[in-house]
Parts: sequence; structure tokens; C-alpha cells
Amino acid sequence: MKRYIIRRASYCLLSLFLLSLTIFFFVRVTGDPAALLVEPGASPGDIAAIHHQFGLDRPLWVQYWLFMTSLLRGDFGQSFYYQVPVLQLYLSRLPNSLLLAAVAMGLSLVIGIPSGILASVRVGRFWDSAGKVFALLGLSLPSFWVGLVLILIFSVYLGWLPSSGAGTPLHLIMPAFALGWYFAASLMRLTRSSMLEVLGSEYIKLARLKGLPQSMVIAKHAFKNALIPVLTLAGINLVIMVNVAVIVEVVFAWPGIGRLLYEGIAFRDFPVVQCVVIMAGAMIIGVNLVVDILYGIIDPRIRLEK
Amino acid sequence: MSSPADVVRLLQPARRFTLLQSLRRAQFPVVPTLILGVIALVAIFANQLAPHNPEVGSLVARFKPPFWMAKGSTEYLLGTDQLGRDVLSRLIFGARISMVVGLTAVVFAGVLGTTLGIVSGYLGGWVDQVVMRVTDTWLALPALTFAIFLAAIVGPSMWNIVIILGLTYWTRYARVIRGEVLSLKEREFVRLAIVAGCSKWTIMRRHMLPNVINTAVVLGSLMLGVVIIAEASLSFLGVGVPPPEPAWGLMLSDGKQGLMVGYWWLTVFPGCCIMLMVLSANLLGDWLRVKLDPQLRQL
Repeated sequence: MKRYIIRRASYCLLSLFLLSLTIFFFVRVTGDPAALLVEPGASPGDIAAIHHQFGLDRPLWVQYWLFMTSLLRGDFGQSFYYQVPVLQLYLSRLPNSLLLAAVAMGLSLVIGIPSGILASVRVGRFWDSAGKVFALLGLSLPSFWVGLVLILIFSVYLGWLPSSGAGTPLHLIMPAFALGWYFAASLMRLTRSSMLEVLGSEYIKLARLKGLPQSMVIAKHAFKNALIPVLTLAGINLVIMVNVAVIVEVVFAWPGIGRLLYEGIAFRDFPVVQCVVIMAGAMIIGVNLVVDILYGIIDPRIRLEK
Repeated sequence: MSSPADVVRLLQPARRFTLLQSLRRAQFPVVPTLILGVIALVAIFANQLAPHNPEVGSLVARFKPPFWMAKGSTEYLLGTDQLGRDVLSRLIFGARISMVVGLTAVVFAGVLGTTLGIVSGYLGGWVDQVVMRVTDTWLALPALTFAIFLAAIVGPSMWNIVIILGLTYWTRYARVIRGEVLSLKEREFVRLAIVAGCSKWTIMRRHMLPNVINTAVVLGSLMLGVVIIAEASLSFLGVGVPPPEPAWGLMLSDGKQGLMVGYWWLTVFPGCCIMLMVLSANLLGDWLRVKLDPQLRQL
């Protein structure tokens, strides 16, 4: 087990290293990073000063060393627009993003799991088809368009919900739905296929032969076992949601890290953009590591394979 | 015996019948294919079909509603936007952008991912290790955030978007194709090719590639919808196709300003176009997946 964890952790470190290398490389290959680090309209003298200050006139490997050591110290630079350290800005926006992601996650679980179970119990019947349509639309509609149409219906015409901003539970409903639909659709598909697999197994047949009522078979025997992959996906989704909510946050002016990224682009505030992307990658790599380790604890076969 | 001409005449109706019948038996998605076909034709003949110039409007005709509403006119069938540009014409030219970006990005990602997948799977060893570690890292990044990051660095342009989307979405091809190659290379015909003295390069090109091309096509068709949404998202955020070009995502972003005043047509029409195209691509991709490659069913 120890060896397994060490191996997974070293893969994870390697991934983080490649991530930092990718970002470092792209910024330098696509142009002069000084142009991204100064405010628009800076004089050539300012740019030369930036070159010297950030060591851009030094060899590449020295530059990478400086880049990495400042990252490891948690120093992502200073935001041009807000004039505060980027990490501080990021951490101040993170709770809002987590709140939105948590509510969207809850919504997608409440919709996705029951509809998935219903579809698996009624294969080929009405609820199965309705669920298929729901899932297909969820996977095909761009979340920002869902958001815009929701605003049109519930804010402009009906006037029931606020169209943008944050603060009250009412503000959360539309963004959470726009963000959660896609995930509800993927959870529904997974629940359905996972339930179908379990329902075909021997112990379910035995439970039926014993004469247990259908509701008992579904609730106590099938659902519990079908739940494992579904909950894993839900856990990973939560982290992914925090990081893909960019567009939904822009549509609803939700003050989270997605909106921060958008502002970073709009104001050409490059340190902010870089920080959001690095943190997104690091968070997802970290969660993958935790999931891998949990899997290794639950299922010994996984940790033995090379 | 009847003459060859008779045979042809006798066979023709029967053959048409069996084609239709086999399509129906295979549950071929007729409607999605038709929709994609129409969008492709519209994209090709945009110059002939569009009633107005999509990039030039007249400011006296701003925010005209569609023709069936009060104040609407048949000159602008689907209304006009904040600069008085014809929405229908912009949608028609937008189809061209979505088609071109979607298809070229999918092909670019496919060529990159398939090549790396074959090389990595067939050569194995350190090449495999390097390619797979890089693939894992890129898969770990949230694709859209990464694409936004790249687009913010290189600046907005249509071909930049194609390259960025290609660089973002090749990983899934590489993963799946590598898996296929790993099992292919244990097969008899590959061993025979090695015995016959084929070089590694020849085996990859002549024996691996034709066997994984089905999978690549299926992945590509499933990817089309994802890429179209990604392009629309980037354009919506202002890092995709630059204005005044009529990309659907850009139209949605413009339409957002008029949303609160009730100019619904600027939001609803481009969104419907994106939805129709993505939905059709997904349905066709699902069908291809089940037909061409049953192993990919759980993807």
C-alpha cells in the first residue's frame, strides 16, 4: 500500500511539474512575456525594466527556477487592476465559487440519481425515454445559453428571479441550474448504466426469488451497490465544476473565480489569468490523487497492478 | 438469359428499397444528418443565401424585431441587432465559421492524437511513458479554462482558435488509440509483418493506422459537438473569433446587452442554431459509435 501511494504521489508531482512547464513554455513561446506583465501602453523603458526585474534577460532554466520558487512560496505576483497579491484575490473569490458548485452539485444529485434509477427500472418505457431526452439536451446545450434563456424567462418576462449578482438564495437558483444540468445529465447516464449492471446480477435474482417486493430490491440491494461509481463521479465533478463555471459566472455576474478569470482577460491582467489556470490544474491533479488512493484502499486489485 | 441492361433495370428499384430498409433497420439518424447537411449547404452557399451583408448594418434599422411581430418587416426576416445588422445573414455566415472551426479543429486534434497514440502504443518504452504522462497532465486540466488561457496569450483569431482547440482536445484520441494499438500489436498479422521485414514506420502506417481509423472517426464525431460549444464559449468570452465576424457565440455575447430590455431574438436564434448543430452531431456520433465500434459503447 505504501509503495502504491508513493507511486501515485510521484505521478502527481510529475503532472504538476509538466503543468508548470507547459504554462511557462507557452507564455514564452507565444511572444514577449514582458508585454503581458506590463500594463498596456507602457514605454520601452518600462518594458526593459520589467525584463530586468523578472529576469527575462537571463537563461531559460534560470527563469524557470525563479518562476517555480515564487510559485512554491505562493507568490503569483501582483494584480495590475486590483493592485493586491493575486493569491489573496483568488482566495477571496473561492468561497463564492465553492458555494455555487456545491448547490449545483446538490441539484444535479437530486435530479440525476432518482431519474437514473427510474430509467433503469423502466427500461424502454416512458420515463426512460424522457430521461434520455433530458440527458441528451443537458449534454448538448451550452450552459451559457441555458443561463441566458433562464434570465429571459424568469427575470425579464416573469420577473421572479434576479438576473445577476449574489447575496440571497434566490440569486443561486438560475446559475446553479445552468451549471448543474450538464452534470445531472452525466450522473443520470452513469446511474442508469450502473443500476442496470447491478440489476442483472445473481444476488438481485436471489433477492427477487426470496419474494422481496420490488421497492425493497431496488432500494436496499441494487441502489447501494450502484452508488459507488456515482459518488466517485460526483466528488470529481465538484472540483471540475468550480473550474468550468467561468461562463455561467460571467452570464450571471457571479463573483467567483470564473468571473475573476474573465476580468483578468478583459483587463489584460495576466498574473490573475495565470494564477487561476495553475490553481485549476493543481486542484484537479490533487483530487485525482485522493481518488486514486481511496480506490487503492477499497479495491486491492488496483494497487497491485503495474 | 437476359441482357445486362435488363439486369440493371431489374436490380435498381430493388436495390433502392433495400438501402432504405437497411437504413431503417440500422436506426440511422435521418433527421440529424439532414440538419447537419442543411447547415453544411448553408455554410457553403452563404454568399448566395444571405439577404444582407452580415458585417455592415444601417443604424436607422437598429433592434428591429422578427417579421411576424409588430414593427417587424420582411426586409429583416429575423430582425436586426444593436448595429442594425441583419440577424438572418449573420446566422447564415455564422454557420460557415462554426462548420470550418468545428471540422478543422476536430481533424487537427484527431491527426495529432492518433499519431501520438499509435507511436506511443507501438513503440512503448520511454516514448510511451513520456507521451502518456503528458496526456495525463493535459487531461487533468479543465479543457475550457486551458483553452481560454491559450487564447488570452495568443490573441483572438479564427485560425488561432482552431489550433488552440486542437491542442486542447487531442488527449482523448491519444488515450483510446493507444489502448487499441496495444492489443493490435499482439496480433498475428503484425508479427508476420515483422518477420517479413517491415520497418516500424511501415507497420505503424500500413497495419496500425487502417485498423484504428474507425475509432478515430467515432471519437471525432463525438468531439464535434464539444468543439463547437467550446468555440462558441470562447467567442462569447471575447477570446475567440474577433468581431465583427458573425460567429454564433459572439452574437450571443452581443445579444446579452439587449436581453434585459426584451430583445429576445438576439439570444434565442443563435442559441437555437448552436443547439441544433450540437444535438445533431451528438446523435450522429452516438449512432456511429454503436455501429462502427461496439467497444466504445461505454464512453
